[in-house]
Amino acid sequence: MSDTKNFMFLNRRAPYGTIYAWESLEVVLIAAAFEQNVSLMFVDDGVYELTKGQDTTGIGMKNFSPTYRTLGDYEVRHMYVDKASLEARGLTADDLVQVEWEDWETEESVDNIVEVVDSDRVAELLEESDVVFSF
Amino acid sequence: MKFSIQVNEGPYQHQASDSAYQFTKAALEKGHECFRVFFYHDGVLNGTRLTTPPQDDRNIVKNWTDLAEEYDLDLVVCVAAAQRRGIVDDGEAERNGKDATNIAPRFRISGLGQLVEAAIQSDRLVVFGD
Repeated sequence: MSDTKNFMFLNRRAPYGTIYAWESLEVVLIAAAFEQNVSLMFVDDGVYELTKGQDTTGIGMKNFSPTYRTLGDYEVRHMYVDKASLEARGLTADDLVQVEWEDWETEESVDNIVEVVDSDRVAELLEESDVVFSF
Repeated sequence: MKFSIQVNEGPYQHQASDSAYQFTKAALEKGHECFRVFFYHDGVLNGTRLTTPPQDDRNIVKNWTDLAEEYDLDLVVCVAAAQRRGIVDDGEAERNGKDATNIAPRFRISGLGQLVEAAIQSDRLVVFGD
């Protein structure tokens, strides 16, 4: 059995209110260190995790949103956002952070690995994954 | 089939741990293998031996301990989640200067790498929680 699997992290919840989003991010960082093919999917209120300009000063919690922008450095290659979830919340791709990715060895780079996809593609991507971590 | 189990919710408040226990027990009784049970988020609260439910109720923590005893299960509590929620073993008490421990028998505290390894090594990772 190959030791490299396609890991999909399915993020379904708002960044604050519960700890799921933050503790999910901790698993993502560890999984990337294990040299797995790591992708993230944001659906439902999970799309709020990627919104720009988060400010947590009023709720006394750590603002961990800058961490998402560093995921490209952790060799996370794909971050998918469900289009229907965005639209249902009056959001567009312009409301989301951009995440750069670069392969240090080949110098191949992508300006933004955040990609808005439709529901059929969401289903396909989940189907193609070996492991789905649902948070 | 080789399963690993992830439990994301604490005992009693939520049925996740009960369901995970029932699933794991049934799978083992059918001859399947369980590589690891990983407790994350509030799921780490399943690992305290100080739980004292009413006598006429199930004892979820003891259920896990007994199942682990019978099948030599690996019950792993995430260290980062445990530190936030006050689940402590001897090593953690020593490292963080705590005056007590509460880890239940057959549970151990370790890192998230154990969850990732479980996902790599198992045919299925089954997640219980909301």
